[in-house]
Amino acid sequence: MEQFLTFVRKEFYHIFRDRWTMIILLVLPIMMLILFGFMMSTEVKNTRFAIYDPSRDAATQGIVNKISMSDYFIFSGYLDSPEQVEEVFRSGKIGLVIVFGERFYENMMHTGDAQVQLIADGSDPNTASTLTMYATRLITLYQQDVMGEMKIPYQIKPEVKLLYNPTLKGSYNFVPGVMGMILMLICAMMTSVSIAREKELGTMEVLLVSPMKPIQIIISKVVPYFFVSVVNLATILLLSVFVLDMPINGSLGLLILISLIFIFVSLALGLLISSAVDKQMVALLISAMVMMMPVMMLSGMMFPLENMPLPLQWLSQIIPAKWFMIAVKKIMIEGLGFSSVVKEFTVLSSMAVILIAASVKRFKYRLE
Amino acid sequence: MNNNIQTSEQGLKPDIVISVDNLTKRFGSFTAVDNISFDVKKGEIFGFLGANGAGKTTAMRMLSGLSYATSGKGIVAGFDINTQSEQIKKTIGYMSQKFALYDDLKVWENIRLFAGIYGVPDKEITLRTDALLKQLGFEKERDTLVQSLPLGWKQKLAFSVAIFHEPTIVFLDEPTGGVDPAARRNFWEMIYQASDRGITVFVTTHYMDEAEYCNRVSIMVDGKIEALDSPKNLKIQFNAKNMDEVFHKLARKSTRKAD
Repeated sequence: MEQFLTFVRKEFYHIFRDRWTMIILLVLPIMMLILFGFMMSTEVKNTRFAIYDPSRDAATQGIVNKISMSDYFIFSGYLDSPEQVEEVFRSGKIGLVIVFGERFYENMMHTGDAQVQLIADGSDPNTASTLTMYATRLITLYQQDVMGEMKIPYQIKPEVKLLYNPTLKGSYNFVPGVMGMILMLICAMMTSVSIAREKELGTMEVLLVSPMKPIQIIISKVVPYFFVSVVNLATILLLSVFVLDMPINGSLGLLILISLIFIFVSLALGLLISSAVDKQMVALLISAMVMMMPVMMLSGMMFPLENMPLPLQWLSQIIPAKWFMIAVKKIMIEGLGFSSVVKEFTVLSSMAVILIAASVKRFKYRLE
Repeated sequence: MNNNIQTSEQGLKPDIVISVDNLTKRFGSFTAVDNISFDVKKGEIFGFLGANGAGKTTAMRMLSGLSYATSGKGIVAGFDINTQSEQIKKTIGYMSQKFALYDDLKVWENIRLFAGIYGVPDKEITLRTDALLKQLGFEKERDTLVQSLPLGWKQKLAFSVAIFHEPTIVFLDEPTGGVDPAARRNFWEMIYQASDRGITVFVTTHYMDEAEYCNRVSIMVDGKIEALDSPKNLKIQFNAKNMDEVFHKLARKSTRKAD
């Protein structure tokens, strides 16, 4: 035990005495969270829009006012001719152009075929569809305001309600993803690099010749990174709640429990990587390429899994971060209890057991 | 230093601490160590010579429990290398050719760490650390990070750490690589001191001038031990002026490429 504690203390020295390790472990997670939380959100705010309006009547004016007043759009100006549409898109400053038909108001009130066209830049499909969706909603709202009493006959009026995230906040999707990424990064990358470093420097050889048991070496390597991960988990949760306005609707205890299991999975992955490589650089590359990329691409954090080709969907099943994200969303946002995350729980626990067993078995306590 | 050679040569039948019998290590079809046998006596400085790739590091790894033998027997400090490597690990010291200490730990922290790993009691560690630092003239460097020590100092420290727990045998894997001749000379003084205290020194090297300092040397060529005797006798046997010549006469037989 004495031996073990001495060794754990040594690992903490390694962490605290290296500026870059400290930055990666404690500053990077905060930066990533802020960056993803604020800058990479899919919300489209303050988009400039232009109008081509041959009618210039009360109705078109009302619609323009309605749209300008929303958070999403800023009115930029009127176009003189339809030819200018392409020109303004090319300038890159305009996200949406609204073209009204002629005699808009009269058509709306009498014939019922008032025409309005929404033009958006389709080269960025997500933004384009979000913008047109927002604009359509605002136009429908205006129509309802005007028609109010008059009641248009036979009109279907869908009432859209977005459960759990009524205001469509991007952070709801990103925070669980970033949590998965940061924990994966710290546990897997830092653990594998620190073991590879000992191999590179030759100290691992000295340790293996010593009476220290391999399992002791492994555990004392893992303990400090486990602590740092727990600190990070706390920081991430605090930032999410107080800075990014994320709710924790479910049980905090359950959230912490599932995070701890995920941390074990990541640590075991790091050990597994380190058992295969001898150089810090290789450990770093493998962690980055083989683990970070799939976590970002295949966990559902950036791209919806449902739209992926089947083979990629199958592949995503073995990505631990995917299961972690699903569980975190269920607990944090939907506020569900343990019975709803049993599946994710079981999958992650099994992964943890298998990976820890594999990495302990593979850890070479004799060099050849 | 000559005292030492005298005692082991005239021999009062000192106990044998390493006994190797037909030890072989194969990697696939490649035989790295081919059927070697030898004994090492207590307190002896045993030089293990050979060109790069001759198999000396592999042999030493089998003796220190880092690698399994393919066949053959070996007894180190009274324990079987095939079945009792855990006991062996407690009774030996090891210094790698990289002088592997932790660069980002202070001098005393390195001593404390390795002493702790070998189970030296805390009180002992404190006492012996003070004595060691004084003896090395490192008192002022107690709180210095190892990374800022010159290479020769690191080497001395690594050796002191390797024998801090008073092992029966210390294995030194090319301990003088990259160190200037004065520091090497200095380092061998430390080896003699350890040997005088009864610690058996098993050292691999490819510096032939260092071979002259050993009580006995074995020379490996292509995985086999081609010669084993005191430097004096080897020089007579091969009719050579110095160990360098002995070595070259033997190494000429080699067909294996150095790695």
